[in-house]
Amino acid sequence: MIKSNRLEILSILIMSLLLLFVGFLQSWSLSFSILNMCIISAIMSMGINMQWGYAGIFNVGIMGFTALGGLAAVLVSHAPITEAWSAGGLGIMISFLILVLISLIVYWINRKLKTNKKKYWVITLVIIIGLIIVKLIYHPSVLAIEAVNPTLTGFLGGMGLPIIFSWIVGGFFAAAVAFAIGKITLGLRSDYLAIATLGISEIIIAVLKSEEWLSRGVKNVVGLKRPVPYEIDLQQTEWFILAVQYLNQSYLLDIIDKLEYEKVLNQLVINSSIIFVKICYAILFSIVLLIILYLANKAQISPWGRMMRAIRDNETSANAMGKDVVKRHLQIFVIGSGVVGIAGAMLITLDSLFTPVSFQPLRYTFLIWIMVIVGGSGNNLGAILGGFIIWFTWIEAAPAAQFVINILTSGLEDTNSFKIHLLNSIPYFRYLFMGTILLLIMRYRPKGIIPEKIRYS
Amino acid sequence: MIDFINAIVLLLNYIFIPAITYGSQLALGALGITFIYGILRFANFSHGEFMSFGTMSCIMVTWFFQSNNINLGYFPTALLALPFAILSTIALSLLFNKFVFNYYRIQRSAPVVIAMASIGVMFVINAIIRIVIGPNDIKFFDGQKFIIKAKHFKNLTGLNEGLALKSTQVLTVFITVLLLIFVFWFLQKTKTGKSMRAFSDNEDLALLSGINPSKVVFITWLIVGTLACVAGTLYGLDKGYKPFTYLGLVLPIFAAAIVGGIGNPIGAVVGGYTIAFSEIMITYAYKKFFKYLLPESLEPTGMIQLLSTDYKFAVSFTILTIVLLVRPSGIFKGRTL
Repeated sequence: MIKSNRLEILSILIMSLLLLFVGFLQSWSLSFSILNMCIISAIMSMGINMQWGYAGIFNVGIMGFTALGGLAAVLVSHAPITEAWSAGGLGIMISFLILVLISLIVYWINRKLKTNKKKYWVITLVIIIGLIIVKLIYHPSVLAIEAVNPTLTGFLGGMGLPIIFSWIVGGFFAAAVAFAIGKITLGLRSDYLAIATLGISEIIIAVLKSEEWLSRGVKNVVGLKRPVPYEIDLQQTEWFILAVQYLNQSYLLDIIDKLEYEKVLNQLVINSSIIFVKICYAILFSIVLLIILYLANKAQISPWGRMMRAIRDNETSANAMGKDVVKRHLQIFVIGSGVVGIAGAMLITLDSLFTPVSFQPLRYTFLIWIMVIVGGSGNNLGAILGGFIIWFTWIEAAPAAQFVINILTSGLEDTNSFKIHLLNSIPYFRYLFMGTILLLIMRYRPKGIIPEKIRYS
Repeated sequence: MIDFINAIVLLLNYIFIPAITYGSQLALGALGITFIYGILRFANFSHGEFMSFGTMSCIMVTWFFQSNNINLGYFPTALLALPFAILSTIALSLLFNKFVFNYYRIQRSAPVVIAMASIGVMFVINAIIRIVIGPNDIKFFDGQKFIIKAKHFKNLTGLNEGLALKSTQVLTVFITVLLLIFVFWFLQKTKTGKSMRAFSDNEDLALLSGINPSKVVFITWLIVGTLACVAGTLYGLDKGYKPFTYLGLVLPIFAAAIVGGIGNPIGAVVGGYTIAFSEIMITYAYKKFFKYLLPESLEPTGMIQLLSTDYKFAVSFTILTIVLLVRPSGIFKGRTL
């Protein structure tokens, strides 16, 4: 017990030291950027840790749930576009209602004709007829919406609320989709579930890319509102300038020349405003992280958490004890995906732009998996640590690779084509690092850096 | 009557020929996945990257031959380079087997754990490919491009619709058929093939009968390396080599393997063609086809496209879900070779 506590404290210390190093060696702005992304990654990996570590569900659709969170950020915070709503909003709403109706009918038929052989044909017929009706209403309204000012908007817009609400909405979006997927696929074997989630995440991205009325598609949504002040505003705020002056007192006092003083102060204010904004984000994100960590830990040591572990370790006997395995799996699948959705909304909030094209499975799905495995599956603190370490390595791999390559090829001339080729491929060394780290950890420390603590109580 | 023939040629040109080519590529890929699943019992996420690696080695050897003015004239030089590429892919897979997969096999780890390790392998191969050859598109096809040109076909038959037959398409189908015949012959007729099927059916019983597991695994990787390299190269020859597309191929390939019944080679082949045909048929715009068939008054105004091509993935996924719901073991009963 004491030993593993020491391990946790040690890992956290090392991580903070690394971030401080980046601050001193590279820049504080970069250090805080990394910190912010680390926190978001940590939340994602906590979500996956719930699914994998608590319940043993192999979900490879993280990218999709992240993107759904991002969509929530757009839909909540973007100002509504009334013209587009009046042009085609009604049509979209009606098609949506018909879609819901079709699903209800299919559900009903499925219940009613349980053993009937012709069930599937009837269902297919209903779906096809329904889709044709939807298409007739849906297509013209989409065209109408996309015709409204296509260079700037061309979509329905959002609700114009503060973006911070989207964190909750994003969670619900992801949870709702996870519920639908889970209902269909959770009865299956684990590898089938993996393929199914991989597929659904690709479909979500395809929808976001091509349904321009919803998310502007490949045209991207830029300039989302922020929950924190803008740098430009800060630079003109009196208290901020005074604070910067106060913090840099000793340094500023040495400057006697008035003009020089103004210039240095101005530069300091600009730099500090950038860092200040990032600190604001970091505080907001940390609050979310701590809340989720608290809840996750609470859940894990509760009887519910013990039941989850029992199901994970031996499904058959848990089933025999009267636990509804499929239902519990669905529950944890929905919760975990919701947490990923929250992180997705936070990610888009941080970037304040939504680019569906940027969602790549390597970066948004498999990288998160590496975080969970490396940090320690089944341990929330481990998942957070994994998020921090892996994101840090992901960012710092390129400078590190450059450093190493420069040393190794120092004997070669700068015009040597091999050296140029190596230097050009620096960005790809991070994949190599990631793969190697995952393989090494899985082989030599299969429980992760901070292993799961099992309490016998 | 002529309109009817035109419509048929249209379908042949835009659906049948592309689908049978794509289906062959998927079938070879799915066969590789099925072999791994049947013998080593895990879902190999790195299969797409093995295919990509094979293509990359083929491109490198092709470049070497081209710079030395060695070519096959009518055929693409890549065909000459293919054996070398296959060797290098096999070497890579044996390497990863030795350092990664073998450990978990001996430990008898859960399939999910090995699948996770294959994600690590995927990252590593991905990095190797991008470091060696870069992330850009590469066209490495040379030799005669068309066997039948659309224009010639039009002149020859006097039809409105052209029928183009690329030599890559013929090559793909030809090589696929050869490989499939070889694989099935190997599995059914040779002693090693039979021992592999026995191993896949019941590992413990196979061990008791004196089948050497490391030999079976070795042969499996030989076959999987060959299949992956050929499938990747054919896909690259046909559509141009883009390293990132191979990660996206994993989904249709898995869908094909599962639809057919994972672990079942015949199922993998059937699944490959099923996925390919439905993907292309559902995303094709049938406007022209109906224009030929229907009288002018009934001519369609829209594109008559069921789904836009962006939703390719949705097709394979939907088929996958339907099969999993209706017949969880796939079209053919899965699990054994």
